[in-house]
Amino acid sequence: MAKYLLLKHYRGAPSGLNDVPMDQWTPQEISDHIQYMNDFAARLEESGEYVDGQALAPEGTFVRYDGEGRPPVTDGPFAETKDLIAGWMAIDVDSYERAVELAGELSAAPGAGGKPIHEWLELRPFLTAPPTITE
Amino acid sequence: MDEHLLRSLTPGVLGILVRRGADFSAAEDAVQEALIEAVRVWPEDPPRDPRAWLVTVAWRRFLDATRSDSARRRREDLVDDEPAPGVGPGVDDTLQLYFLCAHPSLTPSSAVALTLRAVGGLTTRQIARAYLVPEATMAQRISRAKRTVSGVAFDQPGDVATVLRVLYLVFNEGYSGDVDLADEAIRLTRQLAAVIDHPEVAGLLALMLLHHARRTARTAPDGSLVTLAEQDRRLWDTASIAEGVAILQVALARDRLGEFQAQAAIAALHADAPTAGETDWVQVVEWYDELVRLTGSPVVRLNRAVAVGEADGPRAGLAALAPLDEALPRHAAVAAYLHERDGDLPTAARLYAEGARQASNPAERDHLTRQAARLNARRGPPSEAGRPVGTPTPRRAPPGS
Repeated sequence: MAKYLLLKHYRGAPSGLNDVPMDQWTPQEISDHIQYMNDFAARLEESGEYVDGQALAPEGTFVRYDGEGRPPVTDGPFAETKDLIAGWMAIDVDSYERAVELAGELSAAPGAGGKPIHEWLELRPFLTAPPTITE
Repeated sequence: MDEHLLRSLTPGVLGILVRRGADFSAAEDAVQEALIEAVRVWPEDPPRDPRAWLVTVAWRRFLDATRSDSARRRREDLVDDEPAPGVGPGVDDTLQLYFLCAHPSLTPSSAVALTLRAVGGLTTRQIARAYLVPEATMAQRISRAKRTVSGVAFDQPGDVATVLRVLYLVFNEGYSGDVDLADEAIRLTRQLAAVIDHPEVAGLLALMLLHHARRTARTAPDGSLVTLAEQDRRLWDTASIAEGVAILQVALARDRLGEFQAQAAIAALHADAPTAGETDWVQVVEWYDELVRLTGSPVVRLNRAVAVGEADGPRAGLAALAPLDEALPRHAAVAAYLHERDGDLPTAARLYAEGARQASNPAERDHLTRQAARLNARRGPPSEAGRPVGTPTPRRAPPGS
């Protein structure tokens, strides 16, 4: 088993093929999209491959240490930041091929006009615990 | 086996152990073990007196734990001198437990966790699932909370307001796994109302019942939010409304108004309207005025602006909104609604989309995105709004254990 992260971006990923902003869809198209995502997650729970899914607010804060006795410095959000994560789904699957297959399915969620959004999802393997047998 | 009945015995049993000289933390662990044992044994072999059974088993567990710790020898001598079981029910004990678990030295999340376990009788695993944190994290939070209150005398009088804040949090926030936190909050508040006569306890219980009554109407079959105005009022639980209203009326008659009674009064006015159009908005605004006076909360002022918009028209609502900080949660959503009612659809659509970006939960985000989409579909493109934001949605913890 290997865990993978399916990362969804607000920005930073290449544009999908059907890249219409969501508030330009019809309300029904939005409902269909959400239904597709929920069904997808439910199917993975069913198959024993679902680990976690979370959504992130679009705006956050950058924070860094500013020296002994001083409060941390905060800054941002930066409009020019290229990469903005919208959320993720973590899956636990038997192979890389299966992870790609599932990411492809997720990317086919319907959007404007009821057509797949062909959104680019980033697939990242989790680093694992070291194996017990090494020779 | 009735799990609610079992868990309702928790505070009384715990109180007895503490009265007999067990320290709170050890007694709480022993009661948890007794509850788990009860779940295992009772279905096959139900006890004649469930409460006495729990006291006996919990006390034995406490003694075992104490004996196994030689450093606690002295306490063992103490407890061996204690009288045999059979101490009467502890109304005061139950109240003291609420106070202890909501002690001001605890953070809100610790107080919530400790209340659910020590008063509610939930297991650490159930609480962890309800708040989507690992079980080990919740176990640590609870044991730290117990350490924090270990020096507090059990008889020390507490502040009922802190208890109410904790119960309100349980009702209002959380994800729910196999435990229904709203039900649990109502059960705990009902139990509190039985041991203390206080108009704000009644007010909070009424508030919970009145909101809980709308629960099935609040979400569509596909999981999307249904606004108060659009809810099918036939789905409202009339028994729960009737109980809430009756409790509220008794409380209000005592003329010691507090914020929970005022909030419940607003909920009761909504419950009272056969259709959204028949809502008595003038009275709703008056209650919001009371709430502003009681709390001074900007969030209350924001909600008041909506009510003013209904009572005196959208322009009046926008005027009430004008002095409020735009950074307030839901400010954009409220502004969008008032602008839509005022006929300014482009502004409303833009603000709905902005509200969606600021939403703190996916249900609200998706609802506001739909509102923006609805207006945009009516007047056609374009807008400068962002990429699809509808996904992914966090999943609830799977049911069962």
